[in-house]
Amino acid sequence: MNSQRFTITKEPISIEEVVKKVIRPEAGAVTTFIGTVREFTNGKRTLFLQYEAYVSMAEKKLAEIGEEIARKWPDAKVAITHRIGKLDISDIAVVIAVSTPHRKDAYEANQYAIERIKQIVPIWKKEHWENGEEWVGNQLETKAYPTGKPEEEDLQ
Amino acid sequence: MITILFFAHLQEAIGKERIQLNCAPLAVKQLKNHLESEYNIDLQHVMVAVNEEYASESELIHPGDTVAFIPPVSGG
Repeated sequence: MNSQRFTITKEPISIEEVVKKVIRPEAGAVTTFIGTVREFTNGKRTLFLQYEAYVSMAEKKLAEIGEEIARKWPDAKVAITHRIGKLDISDIAVVIAVSTPHRKDAYEANQYAIERIKQIVPIWKKEHWENGEEWVGNQLETKAYPTGKPEEEDLQ
Repeated sequence: MITILFFAHLQEAIGKERIQLNCAPLAVKQLKNHLESEYNIDLQHVMVAVNEEYASESELIHPGDTVAFIPPVSGG
């Protein structure tokens, strides 16, 4: 697997490989977030998902999230791998690993990372249901960005 | 010449992942208007990245730039 800490891959993600990228003597805590493909959303059954990315920009934006975290939690080290292509139910779409000296920061920084991915990283998923398919506009599946783009604070 | 990239539903609507356009420097907004009428698509809720950085409607696009139309993202 790619040794870069912020990467997009077409291959299945090894959780262990992502975790290894942030393991270090200074750390006393590692949190992982593992995003998997959900079968039912609001009662609707998903058969599989198709993920697409603007790969070069997506990797840059993942690295930017790493920089934001480094400013907010200076002792944190982050690695993020996001998979693209066809994913089946329960396949791993994203793994975020954060290591810090103490656990609280590791939890907080990890949650920050996934929220930012959903705001600024150019990755899209197409839902394939039993009776159709659709590109998902946002993670809540309820709305597009009301202003047509992420708010200014999302881009900082 | 500018290179224009499309993703997700836009790529399907246009039927291409990229097009190239010969044009004088123009603002993001102008390019949006041009493509909306040319391809009969809605770019209202679509962000634009110029050379892999998010750009405002007023940012100028120059020859050699790569412009990407980025629908609301849904990673994670």
